[in-house]
Amino acid sequence: MRTSRKARHDRSPPAEDETEADTKQAFERLAKESIPRLFGLARRLAGDGAEDLVQECLMRSYRSFDSLEDPQAGLAWMQRILVNAYRDQLRKDSRAVPEVPVEEVDEFSLYRTLAEEDPLPYSDSLHVDFLHSFGREDVHAVLMRLPEIYRAPLVLRYMQGFSTKEIARLLGAPLGTVLARLHRGRKHFEKELWGYANEADLLQVRAPR
Amino acid sequence: MSADERMIPCSQAVRELWDYLDQRLSPEEQADVERHLAFCRRCCGEMEFAKELQGFLASHGADEIPPDVKEHLERLVEEL
Repeated sequence: MRTSRKARHDRSPPAEDETEADTKQAFERLAKESIPRLFGLARRLAGDGAEDLVQECLMRSYRSFDSLEDPQAGLAWMQRILVNAYRDQLRKDSRAVPEVPVEEVDEFSLYRTLAEEDPLPYSDSLHVDFLHSFGREDVHAVLMRLPEIYRAPLVLRYMQGFSTKEIARLLGAPLGTVLARLHRGRKHFEKELWGYANEADLLQVRAPR
Repeated sequence: MSADERMIPCSQAVRELWDYLDQRLSPEEQADVERHLAFCRRCCGEMEFAKELQGFLASHGADEIPPDVKEHLERLVEEL
């Protein structure tokens, strides 16, 4: 198991050049292993801005690599840095903060809408088949239709598996706010799934052969 | 009906389903949802669908990174 740079210093400090080379090598290894996962998270959060966001994350991580205490937790550490960078981007971009009036969204139920509209009349398992009609890019397009304040908690909780407390810390919001946005984010997501499926003709009726 | 056997309406049960699945409700609230689900077939359907949606989201967490983007980012790391 690799020890952290700090730990090595505590024992017997090797020559400075060697330590720097080791550190750079350790960072390169962690960063290269993490790039695919970081990109996945960045694309879900920032859409087309994903590559820029990963670049910012890599530079910040490199600058503060000394603060990584547990190398085994390197990916999670870089994911947190990426979310921080994303949050800073949102702060700079004043267009990205609308709290949307969503009374009608709160009442929307995709389950009920599907049961009532029955868009796949030949299906024996309507609700599951509806979800299966979405490809990966369709899901991405639906997510991009959500306001950022709802998208970020949804992505972090249900796609990346962060706890709600961790999300509150990452986004710098009270836990109650995160929970409320998660609730509305889910409702928004359901509503946009339905809207997108209709607009993109995902629900063309196919008679059984 | 005693307080610990109260029946919550569908609107409340549906609102609390995801928190129920995430095990974020108090024991009392959890019992309320379970009591409701025991007699309401429609809300059982809502819950099954909520589970499907959670699995759907979890399975769409990441995309393949395009090879040229991966290469570009790896080069950036080497040049840092």
